[in-house]
Amino acid sequence: MTGLLKTPLHGLHLELGARMVAFAGYDMPVQYAPGVMKEHIHCRDAAGLFDVSHMGQVILRGDNYPAIAHALEALIPVNIADLAPGRQRYGFFTNDAGGILDDLMLANRGDHLFLVVNAACKQADLAHLRAHLSGIEITEVTDRALVALQGPQAEAALARLAPAVAQMRFMDVLTLDILGADCWVSRSGYTGEDGFEISVPADRAEALVRALLVDERVLPIGLGARDSLRLEAGLCLYGHDMDAEVSPVEAGLAWAIQKVRRSGGDRAGGFPGAGRILSELDAGASRLRVGLLPEGRAPMREGTPLFADAEAAEPIGAVTSGAFGPTLGAPMSMGYLPVDLATPGTEILGEVRGKRLPARVATLPFVPARFKR
Amino acid sequence: MKYTEEHEWLRAEDDLIVVGITEHAAEQLGDIVFVELPEVGTTVSKDDECVVIESVKAASDILAPLDGEIVEVNAALVDNPGAVNDDPLGDAWFFKIKPDDLSQMDDYLSEAQYKDMIA
Repeated sequence: MTGLLKTPLHGLHLELGARMVAFAGYDMPVQYAPGVMKEHIHCRDAAGLFDVSHMGQVILRGDNYPAIAHALEALIPVNIADLAPGRQRYGFFTNDAGGILDDLMLANRGDHLFLVVNAACKQADLAHLRAHLSGIEITEVTDRALVALQGPQAEAALARLAPAVAQMRFMDVLTLDILGADCWVSRSGYTGEDGFEISVPADRAEALVRALLVDERVLPIGLGARDSLRLEAGLCLYGHDMDAEVSPVEAGLAWAIQKVRRSGGDRAGGFPGAGRILSELDAGASRLRVGLLPEGRAPMREGTPLFADAEAAEPIGAVTSGAFGPTLGAPMSMGYLPVDLATPGTEILGEVRGKRLPARVATLPFVPARFKR
Repeated sequence: MKYTEEHEWLRAEDDLIVVGITEHAAEQLGDIVFVELPEVGTTVSKDDECVVIESVKAASDILAPLDGEIVEVNAALVDNPGAVNDDPLGDAWFFKIKPDDLSQMDDYLSEAQYKDMIA
């Protein structure tokens, strides 16, 4: 592969026998020898290690935390100012039309804010930040890898190297010395399981990963299982389940917009697209992201048109992510439907290879989350 | 045993041809999660799409390798698609076809030719 970027763990992936694919400009492991199904199950049963170094890591500095938070709240409809030191929160950049430019994690690391953004969006995000934040120093962190350790055994496996992680709760962030490396650890992830995301200096990443893989509970997991794990957990993938047209309310992400940023709040609005987003928060959106459980075993994949009945000429929506759920043991999809058809239990039809097959609207997540709150 | 360039294997069994996919194909596809088989009695022409298989990654078709009639299908695969990964050359055959013209088999690859192709 030419022209693709490599993460600091690229050589290790090849050594571990990964099958590599191009993803967001990087040569990334889609699976290792066990394959997507076994990797997925192993992550839910024990622990899985993911290289997510392709994601963007960004540091924002200013006069003090409140100054940085205040500036960033002009781009993100989330309560950033009241985020306690050592805590992380989910958020998204919105555009003037009330759509989503990217979703991200933001952490209060005391004197600065630390952001983790999607690989495919990171250059656009940096340009967006630079265009709109004045008086804030914006630094892309390019000398660090990012790895995720996820699953019910993640805590035990990481605590062997860093006992302090056992005291962390979901969405805590902490700076820890792990094997002599300065690591930024958060208790979070993208699988619905308990686990950690670890920003580690690039030249120490391979040693850290090798030390974690010595533990037989830990197996490396590729992007294939990362996708099926997040879909079972009901989590959105940017560019698929949400994009520049879809509002946070339509995407079912209203929970991430705290009261203080909503109508009547002390810092209501003041972010791009506030008109549409605040009015949808008050009055509801006309379409919503839903979970879908197809009858039978045929997966309804991204792009599958959805119909209200067998005769309808026009689709009422479409699938935005769809796959077989290894833990669920059945196919599962997410997609958008008009609000009157978005109630769990509603039966709709998805057209697969010219046949309209029944599917039922289901509550998300498909597999219950197991965060350590 | 003969092979197609689409990674199917064809095995003569009395006057029928048994059709499956190769180990190489099963490995490339990844974990198979869905199999849709043709109906017994269907008349097919060479290159008709007659089986749909979906892996964790994507959907693909198996084409009829010969003109003929589908006389038997391996219904066990519908409930256990993973068998295609476990035993692609044995238990996980897809269908048996009664060929109109056995000479169509001459177009296909020998084992040595197939191995060269995937090497």
